[in-house]
Formats: sequence, structure tokens, C-alpha cells
Amino acid sequence: MAANGSGGGSDRQRVAQQRLRIIAGHLRRPADEDSAVRAAECKAPQSESDASAEGKTVPRRRQEIMKWNGWGYNDTKFIFNKKGQTEFTGKRYRLSGMILPGLQDWFENTFGASVHHKSPATNILNSSAVQPPNLNEAFVEELKSTGVPFSHDAEDRVFRANGHCLHEIFPLREGKIGRVPDTVVWPNCHNDVVKIVELACKHNVCLIPFGGGTSVSSALECPLEETRSIVSLDTSQMNRILWIDEKNLTAHVEAGIIGQDLERLLNESGYCTGHEPDSMEFSSLGGWVATRASGMKKNVYGNIEDLVVHIKMVTPQGVIEKSCQGPRMSTGPDIHHFILGSEGTLGLVTEVTMKIRPVPAYQKYGSVVFPDFEQGVACLREVARQRCAPASIRLMDNKQFQFGHALKPQGSSMFTSFLDGLKKFYITKFKGFDPNRLCVATLLFEGDREKVLQHEKQVYDIAAKFGGLAAGEDNGQRGYMLTFVIAYLRDLGLDYYVIAESFETSVPWDRVLDVCRNVKARIVRECKERGVQFSPLSTCRVTQTYDAGACVYFYFAFNYRGLSDPIHTFEQVEHAAREEILANGGSLSHHHGGGDRFKIKRLLIKRRRRVGVNDAAVITGCILTSKRWPGHPEPRGEEVILRSPRHVLTASPSRKLMGESSIYQPCTSSANTLPRPYHRSAGPLPYPVFHVPTSICQGKPLRLRTACHRVKLILGLYNVSSVLGPPLGARHCPPTVWLHRAPTSLSLYLHRGHCTQETENMT
Amino acid sequence: MTHTDTASGRAKMDHGEEFVDILEERRRSYDLGHALRTIKLHPYQGGPRCSTAKLNKAVLDSQYLRYVAEEIATETGSSVVEVREQARRLLEEMSQNLQLSSLRLMSYTITKVAKRLFSSIYVNMEGLSMLQKATQETPVILMPNHKSYLDFLVISYILFTYDIPVPVIASVIRKYLLGLKQQSIGLAEMKMVGEILRRSGAFFIRRAIGSDKLYWAVLSEYVKTIVRTGYAPMKFYVEGLRSRTLKSLTPKLGMMHMVLEPYFKSEVFDITLVPISISYDRVLEESLHAHELLGVPKPKETTTSLLKSTKVLQEDYGAMHVNFGRPISVRQMCEGKINRCQYNLTPRDLPQKPTEEAQACVRWLAHLVVRVQDEGSVISPWSLMACMLLQAPITALTEEGLLWHQLTGKTLWLRKLVLDCGARLNWPAQTPDSDVMSSAVALHRSVVHQKAGRVYLVQEEEPARRHPISPQERMMRTASAVLMLASYRNQSLHVFVRPALVATALHITESTQRDELFAFYCFLQELFSYEFVSIPGELSQDFEEACSLLKKCGAAHISQQEVTPSAGGMETLSFLRALIQPFIDSYQVMLRYLCEEGDQVLTEKQFLPAVRSLATRLILSGELDTYEALSSDTQKNLLLALRRLEAVTKSRASEENEFNVNKAAIRTIGDVLSGKIPPQMLQTTPDARL
Ligand SMILES: Cc1cc2nc3c(=O)[nH]c(=O)nc-3n(C[C@H](O)[C@H](O)[C@H](O)COP(=O)(O)OP(=O)(O)OC[C@H]3O[C@@H](n4cnc5c(N)ncnc54)[C@H](O)[C@@H]3O)c2cc1C
Repeated sequence: MAANGSGGGSDRQRVAQQRLRIIAGHLRRPADEDSAVRAAECKAPQSESDASAEGKTVPRRRQEIMKWNGWGYNDTKFIFNKKGQTEFTGKRYRLSGMILPGLQDWFENTFGASVHHKSPATNILNSSAVQPPNLNEAFVEELKSTGVPFSHDAEDRVFRANGHCLHEIFPLREGKIGRVPDTVVWPNCHNDVVKIVELACKHNVCLIPFGGGTSVSSALECPLEETRSIVSLDTSQMNRILWIDEKNLTAHVEAGIIGQDLERLLNESGYCTGHEPDSMEFSSLGGWVATRASGMKKNVYGNIEDLVVHIKMVTPQGVIEKSCQGPRMSTGPDIHHFILGSEGTLGLVTEVTMKIRPVPAYQKYGSVVFPDFEQGVACLREVARQRCAPASIRLMDNKQFQFGHALKPQGSSMFTSFLDGLKKFYITKFKGFDPNRLCVATLLFEGDREKVLQHEKQVYDIAAKFGGLAAGEDNGQRGYMLTFVIAYLRDLGLDYYVIAESFETSVPWDRVLDVCRNVKARIVRECKERGVQFSPLSTCRVTQTYDAGACVYFYFAFNYRGLSDPIHTFEQVEHAAREEILANGGSLSHHHGGGDRFKIKRLLIKRRRRVGVNDAAVITGCILTSKRWPGHPEPRGEEVILRSPRHVLTASPSRKLMGESSIYQPCTSSANTLPRPYHRSAGPLPYPVFHVPTSICQGKPLRLRTACHRVKLILGLYNVSSVLGPPLGARHCPPTVWLHRAPTSLSLYLHRGHCTQETENMT
Repeated sequence: MTHTDTASGRAKMDHGEEFVDILEERRRSYDLGHALRTIKLHPYQGGPRCSTAKLNKAVLDSQYLRYVAEEIATETGSSVVEVREQARRLLEEMSQNLQLSSLRLMSYTITKVAKRLFSSIYVNMEGLSMLQKATQETPVILMPNHKSYLDFLVISYILFTYDIPVPVIASVIRKYLLGLKQQSIGLAEMKMVGEILRRSGAFFIRRAIGSDKLYWAVLSEYVKTIVRTGYAPMKFYVEGLRSRTLKSLTPKLGMMHMVLEPYFKSEVFDITLVPISISYDRVLEESLHAHELLGVPKPKETTTSLLKSTKVLQEDYGAMHVNFGRPISVRQMCEGKINRCQYNLTPRDLPQKPTEEAQACVRWLAHLVVRVQDEGSVISPWSLMACMLLQAPITALTEEGLLWHQLTGKTLWLRKLVLDCGARLNWPAQTPDSDVMSSAVALHRSVVHQKAGRVYLVQEEEPARRHPISPQERMMRTASAVLMLASYRNQSLHVFVRPALVATALHITESTQRDELFAFYCFLQELFSYEFVSIPGELSQDFEEACSLLKKCGAAHISQQEVTPSAGGMETLSFLRALIQPFIDSYQVMLRYLCEEGDQVLTEKQFLPAVRSLATRLILSGELDTYEALSSDTQKNLLLALRRLEAVTKSRASEENEFNVNKAAIRTIGDVLSGKIPPQMLQTTPDARL
């Protein structure tokens, strides 16, 4: 959304101010007081370097500013008004308060929907529909004594029970509320988290970390099978920048800070992280780490895994972090690799050191029109080959291009469209572009003015080789703005019987076109076969380029009138689409994460080992085989340990397996009850050790093979409920708290027979 | 049966399908006008079709050909540039050059010729409109059966008539047509014919490619590129060759692999296969084929010589039916059969052997298409008469003549059976039955003639004989007529073959136990695997279906355990058995030869004449009463089947296509076939191998 086409110069401060205004919108700090919440200030260890406690967006009571059954701010939404026009309400965005004359027509024509057929949402959250909390009294008692604020309030709980998958939002709109957390806790700092985790271990409650709540992989859903008390750990109050290190260009930040605040606060000092996922208004640093998020400007700044320098994570066994901030190490597998993308299953990320960059001097948007999608992809591929991708380059297919058109606001000069006036003439007549085939790439350049201009020329030159025509800055800028409001549009659709979802994948270059074509076609075919009465919108764009491939983002939506169970149908179609992606050599996810039980359960399990390793092991950071390293004693207990260099899975509850660790620091916890995970002792280098919770064993001693198998399956599904390292000299497993998703997987996957059946049922 | 509305040239089958005579309109309007009309094609997925040059360039520039060229260069020591130049030449020799102007010319010529040869060309409109829709959505593969040279352009002609994109046609062709080998007829003329065909969409495949790696690579990339880009529909004959017996042939898989691979590798969303059944009332090459099968020299096979011969153009060939089958979605068919993920971990252009899974799937699909072609073909009254004629004693046909009313009575009986079996029969409903049959005989006066209430086989006339005809010669003449009859019988064989195999099993095993019958059925199907094409892995379904057909036409009672002949079903059962009998008799003769007379090591070249002379001897001495044993087709099929059963093995070292004969195994097969020992005695389990 940042507009700086004309900017330039080196006045950092001014630029920073501008960005601050733009990115954050016009948010006032919300009122923060709430009697239901027990407040206690956390004395953060480095509180003196606290950058700014002011200007934080997310209050403890999210309901004060955000919707409970839709996307974004309470005051902002799309509506069809009486005059047959579409309005975007509120004041927060550039588009706010504007009229979109073309949207309604597009909407009705595309979906066969009508503004007269409404399917409005329940407005009021009815607290009585929420089940009373299932409390673990002993835990609650002890929690009180820590002084960490918490709440059992129905609204608070409902707000932390879901992300933004369609199947999560849809029931909420109908006022249906499923299993919600029983308690919400707001730790203020790392130490608060340590205390909470410790108590959770002690009292056997289930913890689910909650960052910004923008998950689109069902990762926040409470498992129905969970019988323990569920505690949602809301990190939103851990939102300070603890220090900025200008010599190394890093910032140490608490994990609960949300994207827009982080950028704004850094901008105040003339810096930025450059990490801008489309959800940056609401998603949190911890959430990014936990889902391996990707920002649109990754070409300049990198994805989250490139940006983090150091992570501090609290696990049931203690705190894990590297002992230094060196940019690279080679002592064993990088622990960051299994923290990144662990989606809250291994521990809670509390603090992160991130790279920062000076705010760029100059920014420029751009766009290119191609005669068809094939040419567009070929151009992006060439740009990647020459490694000259701008900060962002995205290619929309024809459908999306037309969609973008429908979103053109009335009477605003910056929103002129290229089918207007001269350009229309130029494109459709002169160049023989077919409006039903052409597609558009949007560009964003960043850096020194000179370099940007040079870079721009290079990219446009490449584009020209593929029949691309420069189509102006405005179109580019508008393209990016739309990605921020698209989530609001889904709510509009939902008001009129149209359901929609997006999903994404990463694929090698040579398969990009195939994936796009086949997945879109599959969606259309599946909808038809499953009785969807209206033809669906099935569209995609290429959103990121890499050396070896690209990220492709799909939207699909349809009018569900006449379907008895639209969500079920929808999920079947989505499932088929994902199956198609896998068959076409795409990954399950490029950046949304895989937490969704639906995806993982049904797709990974179905596929053979190799794929399991591909997708799941990267997430868990380890590769498992069930081979036992010869020479290891027969296992007795129920602990299964993975030792890496040879990926040996073995079990031995009583042996000390962990060796010297330079990468792991002793636990900093003050609590003696928490075992200190890593100690000096002889033996092999430390590697991730998976500790099987008692609950997996269902109380019975396990044979090694069975145990291996189960751990494998579970890791394969990456519902890992294990933590690092056996407690020193421990003879039995402590209860495990990170099991918040494991029960599902347990009942479904422990027996191979069972899971096969699951799979067959699906297809 | 068919209800024809002659005025409009429409005919309705019992299946409710509407066939339209496309010649009807041509007879009423100007041929030239038709050929020159404006054509509005709906191209594949809205995209414009690229030029031939661009297509060829894409093939030559493909990563796949690069890989292969490098491989070959390293293997042969030549430079990559040389190999690529070679590839370019091969492609030039191969590629088509589809052009609208040539299509117009072709259309004009075909209209002229077809109006002379055929009374009508019936096309099912529903199939055509499904095809039209498919051409806009996915790459389409047209898969007709191949019974006559005339098949070659008729599909293009029909599609051209209805503004559907005209296919490129894979044509296996002799070298001289490519101008590679000097021929008696002028090189220039040959080249011109070749060029005309190219412009009508034909691309040429050499007949014997063997292990020429580069040729395979160029061909497969060419085919795949056409499919991938949806350049045009592609037509190829999955049976590979023209069937000289009018029976379906075991499908060839090479081309099928190339065509399907773009789907396996996710390069296209789906591919549509359209099986097409072309049925002729009378086949142009009927006597040519019979001669070929008997090993009698025939005039050189050339395109022009056939059409040039004015004699051919003066004859009447009745009607032709072109039945466009229901489009088959490859995606749907491959569900659960192909795991496309297997191609995800290596570059897709890397030259690789197809996986077993892919092979099995391709084989299955190819067989399925052949089955659908069979089921879609339209049976003529004459074919039923041929069935009946062949079941009469041979002397009745050659000497005393078969009573006309006897023939017609039996044919009408058979008409009922064939309809019970669900076949597409083209029996005009408005014409009296006897007229239908008389006109069938009249149309086939080259095979039989009717005189004084009796029907006789036509004995071929030789011009100006000097010495009296020898018994051998006379027999050969009868044989050629019989083989023609047999091929017309074969037109309806597919309807009966499976129930007939069960009937045969009932007879030979003298058992009614289902499992015993099934075992024998499998054995027969295995032994006759090249005679009667069956879908791999679907033997038991076929058996079940055959049993229920027997039940449906009242020939047998079916229970969980048993299949028992019913009292009223004897006529049906013995008819069915008699259909298979010539095959059994022929095979027994050949097996006998291999056991008793043949050497341990044989070549095909030795085997064919030796068996033929044995059969001749036996026929003359009255020991054998089927002339089909003389057919080289039957003989080759047996050899192939025996190889499959491993009773005959190819000796590796020899160049000459030598076979090692395992006499013991052959004896066992013979004994099983005559019912002396149960099929379980064979070492190999047929089901597992099919
Ligand atoms: C409209 C929209 C646009 C989006 N665009 C992008 C995009 O461009 N790029 C992208 O990468 N993603 C995108 N996402 C997905 C989502 O925003 C990201 O996955 C984001 O990283 C989630 O962060 P969050 O703070 O909202 O986490 P949450 O949704 O709160 O949680 C996500 C998961 O992480 C765990 N978790 C959260 N915080 C912590 C912590 N501190 N420690 C351990 N575990 C934790 C949770 O338990 C949960 O499993 C988008 C989503 C939406 C709805």
C-alpha cells in the first residue's frame, strides 16, 4: 500500500514517517482496560531498551476492534448499497469510503449470484452458545498466583478458537460455536511464558499458542478429542522491540508483536524488516516463525527463515535457543529448522532477533501486460534466471485481471484502468491483445533511486521480449492494495451465498503452467461433478519467484445455492485441488503452513515415505527412519529417541544420549522442576531427540518397533508432541503439554489399517 | 434394426442412435461448393493453433531431444550437432503439413469417389457432437479401427464436413512412399502422393523402426508435442495394421504410450480418446486380403494403383457406417491406476523407460479402446449370413448348393440372437426380410451367388487356362472364397466370442462347475489371445458377462456354482461352439505339426509354408474341414500365443527369428485343448499372465 512513486532523496526520517502513516493506517490506540482481566506488568529483563510501548494495535480484548466472525476491523467491510453500487466502509484504507461501480455486475455475472439472495451472518456473539469452560482448578489457582493476566470470558475464548479457514468462519457466521479454549492467558514477557508452561506441564493442561489469529491452516482449532483443559496463550501483549543493534543491523523483538506495529516502530528509527506478508496488519512475529511465513518483498529481504538470526523458544523441557548470534553454524542440524514451521507443536516462541534494513530511499510500482499467461510465466522465469526480480513481482491470470478490474473505484485518478481510454485502444487494437487472454504482472521496486530506475529498465526490457507492455504504476499499486482487502471481499461473498478460499503451493519452474492449468481445471470439473449449480471462479497468480521454482496462489469461489452441505462440498473440491497440486509436483504449502489436519491427514498419509519426508520432515527438521542403529541396546521404556547423523531412531530411557552442546544453552528457567535439557556429557553430538509422550503409548509399554512406527507416523503428520531431549537421568516420561493436536492424530493414525481406511473414505 | 428415412438420409438404430447419411446432402448439392465453403472452427481452448514450422521447431528444440542427442552422440562418437542435424532430417521426413487448401481438395475428391463407391456413409450425429465439444476442451485422440485403406481419410473428410478440426494422422508407411527407396513407379509420382497426404494431415512413420533410438525419440517428441499443445486432434490406429481378417487385432502400445504420456506427466489436464468404429458392408480389399492370407502373390500394394483400377470404381460397396464412440477421459480411466507423483522427482524430459504401472495402464486402455471399437461397430445382415454359410458343410456350398430358405431361416434365427446379445445390427426395418438378404447376396456376388433357390460359393475364375485344374488349385480357389466369408463372419464375431468360448468350455470339459469352466475359459482365452482380443485383467468379468448372456438368450441356467445348458438352448450352444470350432481345428493341426513334424528349431519363414502344406494335405484327404488353417494370420497368431505361453521361445543368438520349440509343452497344450487333461496341468496360470 505504500505509495512513494515520486519520493526519493535520502531523508530517511521523512520516508519513515510516510511509511508509518501508510502501513499502519489511521489506527488509534484502543482502550486497554478490562476488568475481567487480571493485569500484572512483567518486568522484562531489558526493559530499559524497550523501544516504545505506545502505538500497539491489538488490545487484550480483540473484540473491541475486530470482527469475531469475519476478517479484520469492525468498522471496515464491503457492502452492496441500495443504488446498486459497492461501498467499502470505514476510513482505514485508501479504498475506504469509495464506491466500486463495477463490482456488483462482476459479482453477479461471475457467480450467478444476486444481491437479492442474501445469506447474512449472525451479528451478535451469543455467549450462551459457548460451552462453559472446562477448568483445571489446580492450574487456575497456581496461575492466579503468578499474576499473569488470564480470562474465562466467553468472548475472549471464542476469539481464540479459530483462524480464517472457510470451514472455521462459516459456522461462526451461522452462530455455531464449537470447542473453544477454556482459558486465555496473556503473558507479558518471556518469563511469564516459562511460568505458564511449567504450570501446564505440572497440571497436564493443553496449550495452544495464539499470535495474530490469521492462521489459514486450521492450526488454531481446538481438537474435538481433547479432554484436558485447553489454554490459549495469547502473545499479543508481548509486543515490544527490546533492542535495536545498529552495528549488526538486528532487532530483538518479542514474538507477539504484529507486523504493522513492528514496521511502524522500526520505521520510527529509520529501519524496517521488509517482511510483509499480506496478513501483516494482524499476524505476529511468533506466528511467522511458527508457520514459516513469506512476505511479498522476499526478493529483497528474504523469507522469515532468512530473516531470523536467533529464536528463543520455551518448550516443556526448558528453553531452547542458540548460544550466539553468528550468522551461520555447522554444529549439527540447525535447530531453527525445526522451530520454523512447527506451528506451536514444539514450544512457544517468545523472542526473536531479526535482521533489519534501513528504510529504502525509493519505491516504485509498475505493471506489465502480457498477451497471455504463458508469456507472462516465461517472462517471470527469465527474470528469475537473470536473478533480477524486483522486491515483488506477481503475475495474475486473466480471470484475476478481470476481477481486479471490477474493483476499480469511481472517480479517483490513481485508479484509472488500462482498459480505459488510450490504453484500451492501444492494447486491444494495436497490439492485438485479446482481453480474454491477456494477463498482468505487478511490480514493486525498492532501493536507491538510481538503482531502481536501472533495475526497472532491465525488467521491462525482459518483459518486452515476451510481448509484455508496460502498463503503468497505478495498475501495479492497485494490484498490491487489493491483496490487503481481498480478505474483506470474502465476507462480502459470504453475505450472498458465495464461498471462497485461497491456497498456495510452490513448484519447479517447468511445472508452473501445468499446475496452474490443471488445478484450475480440476476445480471446475470437481465442482461440476459434485453438483455445484453455478460455474466456479477458479483463478491463480504466480506470487513469488525463486531460482528453481515459483509460488502459485489459487483463489476459488462458487455460489453454493442449492447445496445441502456447502462446506463439505467445498472441502471435497479443495481436497481434490490439493491432490492435483501434489500430482503435479507441487508442495502442500509454500507459506501457509500445513497444520490443517485435513490436508496433512489425508494427503500425506496417503503418499509414500518420500513425500512424507519432503513435506513433513522439513517441518519437524528431521528425517526419520525406523531402522535401529546396530549396537544399541533393546529399548525398554516408552521413550523413542531420534539421533541424527545417521537418522537412527532408537529408544533408551535410561541412557544419557545427549552430548556436548554448543548450540543449545542450558535452560534459563528459574523453576527447578523444569528439567534442564542439555548438559555436558560424553557421547555423540546432540541432535534433535524426540520424546514420546506417555499418552501416545496409551499407558501400555511399547515395543520399539511399534513406538518407532507411531512416532514416525505422528512426525510424518507433524503433529509432534515431543520435545527436545530426555531429562537428564530421567527414567520416565513427564506428561507432555504440547499435545494439543496429537490426540486427533493418535486416534486416527496409530494403526495403519485405520488410516488407510480414512484415506479410502475420502476418495 | 434400422429404420431408414430415405428422403432425409437418416437412419435410426435400435439403440436409438441416429445415423445420418452424409453423402445424401452431397448428392443434392455441388461438391465444389461444399469443398470451398467458409469454415468456422472452434479451436482448442480458445488458443490459436501454431504453424507447422513452429511445431517442428518446438520438437527440435525440446529438452528431451537434447538429452537424447547427447546420449547418442556419446554412444556413437559423433558430434551433437550431427545428431541434431540427423534428427532434423528425420523430422522433415516425418512431419505433416496440414493445409486448408489441401483439405478442400481432399474433400472434393473424396466426395467424388465416395459417391461412386458407396450408397451411403452413415455417421452418428450424437458422437460427432460429443467429439466437437471434446476438441475444444482437451487434446483429442481419434482411434478408429482399421479394416480398409479407405479408412485413411474418411474421418478427416467427415470432420471437415462438420467444421470440426481435422486430425493429423499417424501413418505407418513403406519406405518408397517417403521417396527413400526406388520403386517401379516413378519416384516423383510417389513423392507427390506423399506430399498430398502430408498436406491432408498425414505424418509418416517408417514401418520398421527397430532399435533406432533417434528415430523413436523424434517420433515420440513429435507426437507428444502435438498432444501437449493441442495442435490438432491426432488419429492413429491402435491396432497398428490394417486387419486383413476384419477381426480386431491385439493393440500395439508404442504409439499409445506416446500419446498418453503428456497426461501421466501432468502436461495436460486430460486427454480424450474417441474410439471410432468403421464398418463396411463390403470391403474394397476383400479378395486382396484373402490372397495375402493364403500367401498367394498379389499386385503390389500401392495407393494409386488401387484407386486407379477402374474396375474397383465401377463396383458397388454398399454402405459404410462410421460410429464415433463416447469420448473416454484418460484422467477418469487412469484414476487409481497411475500415480502421477512418480514423475515428480526427475525432470520430465529425461529419457526414461515407462514404469511398470504406466505400461500396465497403457496396455489396459489400449485393449479397452479395441473393445469399445468392437462394440460400436455396426453389423450387416450379410455378416450374419456369412456365419451361417460357414457352418454349412463345404461341399454344400461348392457343389450341391445351400437351400436359400434354409439359409434365410437360420439367418433370421441368428438375427434374434445377435439382438439379444445387444449388438448394433443394421437391418432395414421397412424392407421385407427376404429382400434384405437377397440384396446382401447381390452385393457380395464376388463371394456367393444365388441360383434356383440355392446358394453357391463363387469359385474364382482364372483367365485362359491351358491344363485342367488340379485338386490343389481348386482347393485354393475355394479357400479364397471361404476366407472372404470368414472375414465377413468376423465382423460379428466379437458379439458372440465370449459366450462361444463358454459354450466351448461346456462342451470340452463336459463339466458344469463354474470354476472348472472358468479355468478352461481362461485357457482358451490365453491360447486364442491373438485371435480374440481380451482386456488384460478382466477375464473374470468377461466370463461373468458371457454367462449372463447365455442366460439371457435362454441357452443356459446360471447358479452360484454351476452353468448348465438349458433344454431349449441346444441350438444356440451348438451354433456358438461351431463358431469357435474352425479355430480349434486349425490350432490342433498346427500343434500337431509342431509336435510331430516340425524341427526343434524353426523360423517363421519355414513354419508358414510347412503348416500350409500339411493343412492342404489334410483338407484334401478330408481329415480337416476348415480352410482357415491355411490363413497365415491364424498361423502367426498361434506362434505368438505359444510364445506367450512359453511353449515356444525365441532363441536369442539367432538373427533369423528362430524359435525353439518345446514339444512337451506343446503336446500338453494340445491335450488340454482336446479335453484330455485339465488346464491346471499347464505350468503357467493363464490368469496371472493375461
Ligand atoms: C488474508 C490473509 C493473508 C495472508 N497472507 C500471507 C502471506 O502473504 N504470507 C504468509 O506467509 N502467510 C500469509 N497468511 C497466513 C498467516 O497470516 C500466516 O501463517 C501468519 O504467519 C500467521 O501468524 P499469526 O500471528 O496470525 O499466527 P496464528 O494464526 O495466531 O497462529 C498460527 C500458528 O502458529 C502458532 N503460533 C502462533 N504464535 C506462536 C508463537 N509465538 N510461538 C509458537 N507458535 C506460535 C499457533 O499455535 C498456530 O499453530 C495470510 C493469511 C490471511 C488470512
